Amino acid sequence: MSLVARHLEANGLPTVVFGCARDIVEHCGVPRFVFSDFPLGSPCGRPFDPVMQRAIVGLGLDLLADAAGPGTTVVTPYEWAEDASWKDRVLTREQPFLEGEAKANWLERKAAARARKAERPA
Amino acid sequence: MTYVRYIDRTREYYLSEGYTTPYRWAHFDDIPFTPLRAPLSACRIGLVTTGEVAVRGEAPADALAREVYALPTATPVEKLYGRKESYDRHATTLDDVDAYLPLTRLGELAAAGRIRDLAPRFQVVYSNYSQRATTTVDAPTILAQCREDGVGAVFLCAV
Repeated sequence: MSLVARHLEANGLPTVVFGCARDIVEHCGVPRFVFSDFPLGSPCGRPFDPVMQRAIVGLGLDLLADAAGPGTTVVTPYEWAEDASWKDRVLTREQPFLEGEAKANWLERKAAARARKAERPA
Repeated sequence: MTYVRYIDRTREYYLSEGYTTPYRWAHFDDIPFTPLRAPLSACRIGLVTTGEVAVRGEAPADALAREVYALPTATPVEKLYGRKESYDRHATTLDDVDAYLPLTRLGELAAAGRIRDLAPRFQVVYSNYSQRATTTVDAPTILAQCREDGVGAVFLCAV
Protein backbone atom coordinates (compact mmCIF):
# COMPACT_ATOMS: atom_id res chain seq x y z
CA MET A 1 0.00 0.00 0.00
CA SER A 2 2.88 2.33 0.84
CA LEU A 3 4.32 1.75 -2.63
CA VAL A 4 1.02 2.79 -4.21
CA ALA A 5 0.92 5.96 -2.11
CA ARG A 6 4.45 6.83 -3.19
CA HIS A 7 3.60 6.28 -6.85
CA LEU A 8 0.48 8.46 -6.71
CA GLU A 9 2.30 11.19 -4.86
CA ALA A 10 5.27 11.14 -7.24
CA ASN A 11 2.75 11.67 -10.05
CA GLY A 12 1.06 14.66 -8.50
CA LEU A 13 -1.71 13.13 -6.36
CA PRO A 14 -1.63 13.85 -2.60
CA THR A 15 -2.23 10.78 -0.42
CA VAL A 16 -2.83 9.67 3.14
CA VAL A 17 -2.09 6.12 4.27
CA PHE A 18 -4.15 4.74 7.17
CA GLY A 19 -2.50 1.78 8.85
CA CYS A 20 -1.63 -0.19 11.96
CA ALA A 21 1.86 -1.48 11.09
CA ARG A 22 3.87 1.62 11.90
CA ASP A 23 7.31 0.10 11.40
CA ILE A 24 6.50 -1.28 7.93
CA VAL A 25 4.97 1.96 6.63
CA GLU A 26 7.70 4.19 8.07
CA HIS A 27 10.44 1.82 6.89
CA CYS A 28 9.11 2.27 3.36
CA GLY A 29 8.49 5.97 3.74
CA VAL A 30 5.17 7.56 2.76
CA PRO A 31 4.16 11.21 2.40
CA ARG A 32 1.39 11.21 5.06
CA PHE A 33 0.50 8.48 7.52
CA VAL A 34 -2.32 8.18 10.07
CA PHE A 35 -1.22 5.49 12.50
CA SER A 36 -3.62 3.72 14.86
CA ASP A 37 -2.06 1.35 17.38
CA PHE A 38 -4.70 -1.25 16.57
CA PRO A 39 -4.66 -4.85 15.34
CA LEU A 40 -4.08 -5.34 11.61
CA GLY A 41 -7.49 -5.06 9.94
CA SER A 42 -8.87 -1.88 11.52
CA PRO A 43 -6.86 1.01 10.08
CA CYS A 44 -9.81 3.45 10.12
CA GLY A 45 -11.05 2.79 13.64
CA ARG A 46 -12.70 0.19 15.79
CA PRO A 47 -15.39 -1.83 13.95
CA PHE A 48 -18.90 -0.56 14.67
CA ASP A 49 -17.60 2.61 16.34
CA PRO A 50 -18.69 5.35 13.89
CA VAL A 51 -17.68 8.17 16.24
CA MET A 52 -14.09 6.93 16.42
CA GLN A 53 -14.00 6.18 12.70
CA ARG A 54 -15.21 9.69 11.87
CA ALA A 55 -12.54 11.20 14.10
CA ILE A 56 -9.78 9.12 12.51
CA VAL A 57 -10.91 9.90 8.96
CA GLY A 58 -11.08 13.57 10.03
CA LEU A 59 -7.47 13.39 11.21
CA GLY A 60 -6.59 12.16 7.74
CA LEU A 61 -8.28 15.19 6.17
CA ASP A 62 -6.46 17.52 8.57
CA LEU A 63 -3.18 15.88 7.64
CA LEU A 64 -3.96 16.19 3.94
CA ALA A 65 -4.44 19.92 4.32
CA ASP A 66 -1.74 20.69 6.90
CA ALA A 67 1.25 18.39 6.33
CA ALA A 68 4.24 20.61 5.66
CA GLY A 69 6.40 17.92 4.11
CA PRO A 70 6.87 14.22 3.41
CA GLY A 71 7.14 11.52 6.05
CA THR A 72 4.58 13.05 8.41
CA THR A 73 2.99 10.57 10.82
CA VAL A 74 -0.05 11.40 12.94
CA VAL A 75 -0.74 9.01 15.82
CA THR A 76 -4.43 8.66 16.68
CA PRO A 77 -5.20 9.11 20.39
CA TYR A 78 -6.92 5.75 20.98
CA GLU A 79 -6.08 2.54 22.81
CA TRP A 80 -7.45 -0.66 21.33
CA ALA A 81 -8.03 -2.16 24.77
CA GLU A 82 -7.08 -1.46 28.36
CA ASP A 83 -5.22 -4.72 28.25
CA ALA A 84 -2.46 -4.52 25.63
CA SER A 85 -1.73 -8.24 25.72
CA TRP A 86 -3.08 -8.69 22.18
CA LYS A 87 0.22 -7.16 21.03
CA ASP A 88 2.25 -9.89 22.70
CA ARG A 89 0.33 -12.59 20.87
CA VAL A 90 0.65 -11.18 17.34
CA LEU A 91 2.44 -13.60 15.02
CA THR A 92 3.51 -16.10 17.64
CA ARG A 93 3.61 -19.88 17.44
CA GLU A 94 0.87 -19.93 20.06
CA GLN A 95 -1.36 -17.71 17.93
CA PRO A 96 -0.41 -18.05 14.26
CA PHE A 97 -1.46 -15.34 11.87
CA LEU A 98 -3.26 -17.87 9.69
CA GLU A 99 -4.61 -21.15 10.99
CA GLY A 100 -7.29 -23.69 10.25
CA GLU A 101 -9.45 -22.79 7.29
CA ALA A 102 -7.73 -19.45 6.68
CA LYS A 103 -4.34 -21.15 6.41
CA ALA A 104 -5.76 -23.86 4.16
CA ASN A 105 -7.31 -21.21 1.89
CA TRP A 106 -4.06 -19.29 1.76
CA LEU A 107 -2.00 -22.38 0.90
CA GLU A 108 -4.54 -23.42 -1.71
CA ARG A 109 -4.45 -19.99 -3.34
CA LYS A 110 -0.66 -19.99 -3.28
CA ALA A 111 -0.47 -23.41 -4.94
CA ALA A 112 -3.07 -22.45 -7.55
CA ALA A 113 -1.23 -19.20 -8.34
CA ARG A 114 2.00 -21.13 -8.74
CA ALA A 115 0.31 -23.64 -11.05
CA ARG A 116 -1.19 -20.86 -13.14
CA LYS A 117 2.19 -19.16 -13.43
CA ALA A 118 3.78 -22.42 -14.57
CA GLU A 119 1.16 -22.77 -17.32
CA ARG A 120 1.87 -19.33 -18.68
CA PRO A 121 4.24 -19.20 -21.68
CA ALA A 122 7.63 -17.74 -20.79
CA MET B 1 3.31 -0.62 25.88
CA THR B 2 4.74 0.37 22.57
CA TYR B 3 3.50 -0.62 19.14
CA VAL B 4 4.10 -4.02 17.53
CA ARG B 5 7.27 -4.36 15.44
CA TYR B 6 5.87 -6.36 12.55
CA ILE B 7 9.12 -6.52 10.60
CA ASP B 8 10.85 -8.28 13.51
CA ARG B 9 7.83 -10.42 14.35
CA THR B 10 7.36 -11.67 10.79
CA ARG B 11 11.06 -12.45 10.48
CA GLU B 12 11.03 -14.47 13.70
CA TYR B 13 7.73 -16.12 12.93
CA TYR B 14 8.58 -17.29 9.43
CA LEU B 15 12.03 -18.40 10.55
CA SER B 16 10.32 -20.60 13.13
CA GLU B 17 8.10 -21.95 10.30
CA GLY B 18 11.20 -22.96 8.37
CA TYR B 19 11.42 -20.05 5.90
CA THR B 20 15.06 -19.03 6.19
CA THR B 21 15.18 -16.08 3.78
CA PRO B 22 13.58 -13.06 5.46
CA TYR B 23 11.27 -10.85 3.42
CA ARG B 24 12.97 -7.68 2.31
CA TRP B 25 10.55 -4.90 3.16
CA ALA B 26 10.51 -1.93 0.83
CA HIS B 27 12.72 0.92 1.93
CA PHE B 28 13.56 4.28 0.37
CA ASP B 29 15.62 7.20 1.58
CA ASP B 30 13.56 9.75 -0.33
CA ILE B 31 9.82 10.33 -0.01
CA PRO B 32 7.77 12.08 -2.70
CA PHE B 33 5.40 14.85 -1.68
CA THR B 34 2.63 16.73 -3.46
CA PRO B 35 0.84 19.48 -1.52
CA LEU B 36 -2.93 19.65 -1.66
CA ARG B 37 -3.72 22.21 -4.34
CA ALA B 38 -7.39 22.97 -3.69
CA PRO B 39 -9.30 23.46 -0.45
CA LEU B 40 -10.64 20.24 1.05
CA SER B 41 -14.19 21.42 0.45
CA ALA B 42 -13.46 21.41 -3.30
CA CYS B 43 -11.67 18.09 -3.22
CA ARG B 44 -12.87 14.74 -4.56
CA ILE B 45 -11.41 11.93 -2.48
CA GLY B 46 -10.38 8.56 -3.90
CA LEU B 47 -10.32 5.47 -1.72
CA VAL B 48 -8.10 2.38 -1.92
CA THR B 49 -8.08 -0.66 0.35
CA THR B 50 -6.23 -3.96 0.67
CA GLY B 51 -9.31 -5.54 2.27
CA GLU B 52 -10.22 -7.59 -0.83
CA VAL B 53 -13.71 -6.12 -0.67
CA ALA B 54 -16.46 -7.81 -2.68
CA VAL B 55 -20.21 -7.41 -3.19
CA ARG B 56 -22.54 -9.95 -1.59
CA GLY B 57 -24.38 -12.01 -4.18
CA GLU B 58 -21.93 -11.15 -6.96
CA ALA B 59 -18.97 -13.19 -8.16
CA PRO B 60 -15.84 -11.84 -6.45
CA ALA B 61 -12.73 -10.81 -8.36
CA ASP B 62 -10.29 -13.55 -9.29
CA ALA B 63 -8.07 -13.66 -6.22
CA LEU B 64 -5.44 -15.68 -8.06
CA ALA B 65 -4.91 -12.96 -10.64
CA ARG B 66 -4.20 -10.48 -7.83
CA GLU B 67 -5.03 -7.58 -10.12
CA VAL B 68 -6.39 -4.20 -9.06
CA TYR B 69 -10.17 -3.95 -9.41
CA ALA B 70 -12.69 -1.22 -8.74
CA LEU B 71 -16.24 -1.18 -7.37
CA PRO B 72 -18.77 1.68 -7.25
CA THR B 73 -18.59 3.77 -4.08
CA ALA B 74 -22.40 4.03 -4.31
CA THR B 75 -22.69 0.32 -3.42
CA PRO B 76 -24.63 0.10 -0.13
CA VAL B 77 -22.01 -0.65 2.50
CA GLU B 78 -24.07 -3.49 3.96
CA LYS B 79 -23.71 -5.28 0.63
CA LEU B 80 -19.91 -5.18 0.89
CA TYR B 81 -17.66 -7.59 2.75
CA GLY B 82 -13.90 -8.15 3.12
CA ARG B 83 -12.36 -11.40 1.87
CA LYS B 84 -8.79 -10.87 3.04
CA GLU B 85 -7.38 -13.77 5.04
CA SER B 86 -4.33 -12.01 6.47
CA TYR B 87 -5.36 -9.74 9.31
CA ASP B 88 -5.37 -10.06 13.08
CA ARG B 89 -8.42 -12.32 13.33
CA HIS B 90 -7.70 -12.97 16.99
CA ALA B 91 -8.07 -9.34 18.00
CA THR B 92 -10.43 -7.75 15.45
CA THR B 93 -12.92 -8.51 12.68
CA LEU B 94 -13.56 -7.46 9.07
CA ASP B 95 -17.31 -7.45 9.68
CA ASP B 96 -17.53 -3.64 9.56
CA VAL B 97 -16.28 -2.51 6.15
CA ASP B 98 -16.11 1.11 7.32
CA ALA B 99 -13.20 0.18 9.58
CA TYR B 100 -11.00 -0.40 6.50
CA LEU B 101 -12.95 1.31 3.68
CA PRO B 102 -14.61 4.36 5.28
CA LEU B 103 -17.29 4.93 2.63
CA THR B 104 -19.96 5.89 5.13
CA ARG B 105 -17.66 8.18 7.09
CA LEU B 106 -16.47 10.01 3.96
CA GLY B 107 -20.07 10.24 2.76
CA GLU B 108 -20.96 11.96 6.01
CA LEU B 109 -18.01 14.33 5.68
CA ALA B 110 -19.08 15.16 2.12
CA ALA B 111 -22.65 15.81 3.27
CA ALA B 112 -21.24 18.15 5.92
CA GLY B 113 -19.26 20.03 3.25
CA ARG B 114 -15.83 19.07 4.58
CA ILE B 115 -14.92 17.49 1.23
CA ARG B 116 -16.60 17.89 -2.16
CA ASP B 117 -17.40 14.22 -2.72
CA LEU B 118 -16.15 10.69 -3.08
CA ALA B 119 -14.80 9.28 -6.35
CA PRO B 120 -17.40 7.19 -8.21
CA ARG B 121 -15.37 4.03 -7.59
CA PHE B 122 -12.90 2.72 -5.06
CA GLN B 123 -9.95 0.43 -5.80
CA VAL B 124 -8.90 -2.83 -4.21
CA VAL B 125 -5.22 -3.69 -4.40
CA TYR B 126 -3.77 -6.97 -3.15
CA SER B 127 -0.95 -7.07 -0.63
CA ASN B 128 1.45 -8.55 -3.16
CA TYR B 129 4.67 -10.30 -2.21
CA SER B 130 6.15 -8.82 -5.38
CA GLN B 131 6.99 -5.16 -4.89
CA ARG B 132 7.67 -4.96 -8.61
CA ALA B 133 4.08 -5.96 -9.41
CA THR B 134 2.75 -3.34 -7.00
CA THR B 135 4.99 -0.61 -8.36
CA THR B 136 4.87 -1.30 -12.09
CA VAL B 137 1.34 -2.67 -12.56
CA ASP B 138 -0.99 -1.96 -9.62
CA ALA B 139 0.04 1.59 -8.75
CA PRO B 140 -0.10 2.89 -12.37
CA THR B 141 -3.56 1.28 -12.77
CA ILE B 142 -4.84 3.08 -9.68
CA LEU B 143 -3.25 6.36 -10.79
CA ALA B 144 -4.92 6.12 -14.21
CA GLN B 145 -8.33 5.42 -12.68
CA CYS B 146 -7.97 8.28 -10.18
CA ARG B 147 -7.10 10.65 -13.03
CA GLU B 148 -10.07 9.49 -15.07
CA ASP B 149 -12.29 10.13 -12.05
CA GLY B 150 -10.95 13.63 -11.38
CA VAL B 151 -9.70 12.68 -7.91
CA GLY B 152 -7.87 15.41 -5.97
CA ALA B 153 -6.43 13.26 -3.16
CA VAL B 154 -6.41 9.59 -2.20
CA PHE B 155 -6.93 7.76 1.09
CA LEU B 156 -5.23 4.37 1.22
CA CYS B 157 -6.37 2.01 3.95
CA ALA B 158 -3.99 -0.87 4.71
CA VAL B 159 -5.71 -3.91 6.23
